[in-house]
Amino acid sequence: MLNEFMFILIAVMILVFSILTVLTRKILRAAVYMLFVLISTAGLYFMLSYNFLAAVQLTVYAGGIVVLIIFSILLTSHLSERAVMAPFKQSLFSALATLAGATLTLVTILRYSFIPNTGVDPQFNIIDVGNALVSYNREGYALPFEVVSILLLAAMIGSIVVAKKEPTLKDKEAKLDK
Amino acid sequence: MIQNIPLSYFLVISTAMFFIGIYGFLTRRNLITMLMSVELILNSVNINFVAFNKYLFPQHLQGHFFMLIVIAVAASEAAVAIAIIINIYRNFKSIDVENVDEMKF
Amino acid sequence: MDYTYTLFIPLIPFFVFLVLGLMGHKMPPIVAGLIGTLGLGLSTVLSYFTAINYFWTSHVPETAYASIKGFEVPWLHLTEKLTIHLGVLIDPISVMMLVVITTVSLMVHIYSIGYMKGDPGFYRFFSFLSLFSFSMLGLVLATNIFQMYIFWELVGVSSFLLIGFYYEKPSAVAASKKAFIVTRFADLGFLIGILMLSFNTGTFDFQTLTDPHGPAIAQAGGVAFMGMSVLTWSLIFIFVGGAGKSAMFPFHIWLPDAMEGPTPVSALIHAATMVVAGVYLVARLFPVFALGAPDALHVVAWIGGFSSIFAAMIACTQTDIKRVLAYSTMSQIGYMMLALGVSGYGGEEGLGFMASNFHLFTHAMFKALLFLGAGAVIHAVHSNEIGDMGNLRKYLPITHMTFLIACLTIAGIPPFSGFFSKDEILAAAFRDNKMLFAIEYIVAGLTAFYMFRLYYGIFWGKKTHYHHTPHEAPKVMTIPLLILAFGSVFAGFLPFHNLVTSDGKGFESHIDWMIAIPSVLIGVVGIAIATVMYKSETAIPDKMAQSFKHLYKWAHRKFYMDEVYLFVTRKIIFRYISTPIAWFDRHIVDGTMNGIAGIIQYTAYSIKGLQSGKLQQYAFVFVSGTVILVLIFVYLV
Repeated sequence: MLNEFMFILIAVMILVFSILTVLTRKILRAAVYMLFVLISTAGLYFMLSYNFLAAVQLTVYAGGIVVLIIFSILLTSHLSERAVMAPFKQSLFSALATLAGATLTLVTILRYSFIPNTGVDPQFNIIDVGNALVSYNREGYALPFEVVSILLLAAMIGSIVVAKKEPTLKDKEAKLDK
Repeated sequence: MIQNIPLSYFLVISTAMFFIGIYGFLTRRNLITMLMSVELILNSVNINFVAFNKYLFPQHLQGHFFMLIVIAVAASEAAVAIAIIINIYRNFKSIDVENVDEMKF
Repeated sequence: MDYTYTLFIPLIPFFVFLVLGLMGHKMPPIVAGLIGTLGLGLSTVLSYFTAINYFWTSHVPETAYASIKGFEVPWLHLTEKLTIHLGVLIDPISVMMLVVITTVSLMVHIYSIGYMKGDPGFYRFFSFLSLFSFSMLGLVLATNIFQMYIFWELVGVSSFLLIGFYYEKPSAVAASKKAFIVTRFADLGFLIGILMLSFNTGTFDFQTLTDPHGPAIAQAGGVAFMGMSVLTWSLIFIFVGGAGKSAMFPFHIWLPDAMEGPTPVSALIHAATMVVAGVYLVARLFPVFALGAPDALHVVAWIGGFSSIFAAMIACTQTDIKRVLAYSTMSQIGYMMLALGVSGYGGEEGLGFMASNFHLFTHAMFKALLFLGAGAVIHAVHSNEIGDMGNLRKYLPITHMTFLIACLTIAGIPPFSGFFSKDEILAAAFRDNKMLFAIEYIVAGLTAFYMFRLYYGIFWGKKTHYHHTPHEAPKVMTIPLLILAFGSVFAGFLPFHNLVTSDGKGFESHIDWMIAIPSVLIGVVGIAIATVMYKSETAIPDKMAQSFKHLYKWAHRKFYMDEVYLFVTRKIIFRYISTPIAWFDRHIVDGTMNGIAGIIQYTAYSIKGLQSGKLQQYAFVFVSGTVILVLIFVYLV
């Protein structure tokens, strides 16, 4: 009973805040609503008793990415600014396409009967996940781990290069003067 | 597995979140809000991975690691995207997607 | 004896051509001229060395002159059996041609240093001369008919470049185009002939082709078409190419116009060397003609005979001195062709072959002398018209003397060289065909007449007033005249019947006084008539023109050959063939291409709006497309 209540509460929060994220006209509020969506998602993981994933969700997503986004908002927008909304025609067609897609997907999902696994649930703890992550055995995930680490490194270098300010002619002259 | 709550509930929530994200991507004019919509989409995918792992293959860890990888991808994507957005802001003095239409016929 | 070094005879001028062509504009003109002359001088020395060596030093007396391949490399492998080689072939006629070409070319080089002085294209002139010398030497040294064809075309190109040397003059450009197109058209026949001949015999090689017991001659009686064997047809086609280059009727129309080029070029290319390439070609394939296809040889004889009288008649009426000489050249080449045509193979029978080559040799000397002399006259009075000249013998003593020698030589007066060679030709014609002999006999008289008409018109006559006093040409121009005059006088004493014969073996030849005396007589008669008519201004020429009004008019207008050509090309070929083809090309071929391009362009314009640069529009299309595809593949299929 409590489970159902908790699930419905979380589901409602996710849906409401998601909708608010994409509809609000104030951009900083959108970021905050998204933070709530991510936190609620972490709640779902807790309900599934995947504590490690929930912790990662909170720290990386809610803590890291959202902060990054808020910083970039502060860099590029004025807080008093209200976002320009799309014209009605664009909103209407987007809504139609989205609704059609959602309906199609939902119909597909609901008509398919998943067979739940009734076997034992081994209840992994953090140590198991960590061991599997760096293990190169059959059940190990060392290779994806390495791939992701390289991806992160590449992304880091790439974003620095992209965002780096090109020295203008004036800057170069100033440098020469020194 | 949670008592009284079937797998499809999770899938319905993630589907809804996915298409809300798509709607946002299609309608928001601000590049950063579009980026946030993309984050919603990725997040809904994460929910799917985790739910499938729990309900269908509880003795394995694939869902875990896919979710972790998606988070890593999301983080790097956000970093690169924000770098691009800052560069666009520097060049166009705006981050309205309508203004960034140099790449056309 | 190793003849590999003969490779350098053509290669030196080629090297000089490269040097002058690439770097000539940086040199002072005199340096460019000296480089060209020295390069050719080297070739000349090598050629004389080869000739002395081949004909005398290394020749065992009482044996036939052998045909030797000095050098040969395979160049193109067409099939297992058919390979095109490049190399040098040493035999009596090629060695004789080496001597002719290098001598005349060297004289022209030296002469040009004076004649072209001050011309802005000085280095260009010398580089083209070197290119021509290279091509011509390559042509005569070719070991196979395909190599000959390559150099044949190169010679045509150099001739084109040199005729159009004064490219600011529209008439020179038109003349160069005319020469190139007419000879190119004839060369098409040559190419067809080569392909037919090589297809049937399986070889390009001259030695194999001309072997009296070889495959070409053995299959002479093979497949027939319209009453003549394939061999005959292919030789006639080859002769078409030769006739084009040698300005035989009806391809002669380019030669008079080619006189637009500088006069030394006319002397070298359009009198002494290139125009005799056709004679050389027939001489080169002579055993095949004589043994395999006598019908083709008859064609050669009649074309040559007709051309010679045709040109001689025109030459009597022309007033441009270079054009008179051009028609005279055509007439003399007709003689050589005729001599080949009436000749048989081997020994005494081959008298015509020997006479033809003999005449080629002497003609090269005296005709080059005539042209260079005419060049000196033009240099002095700045005009080509006889009407602008007269009484020049006082001003130009050396030119006058050498020109007189050349005129006597071409008129066949003993003991000058022309007498000997022309006499041999008449003897050969007399033996074979009385009709052709009669024609040549008349032509001999006409030749003497028009040459002395020219001579008196230039050096005698009344006119004494000039804008500025004409002066003798500088030494650099008169020395070649003297050398060539020496050649013209004494070349007749060379024992050609021992050196250049159809089968390589020498034979006894004596002057046949029964023929020689009448031929000298008619020459003297021609000179006498010209003396009476032109030595001093009289009314006789006008009266003659009046009494032979129509003939005179026809000959003066060159028998309307140019008009006939224009009619055929403009009114028939252009109107009924070229115009429909042009229409087809413009509307059907181009129309298809333009239509395709137009449709694509129209489509592109109408759909380019799809690439709007709007990110969200793309995303929308992407999402709706995905939804539709899922709908189709999951639920409808």
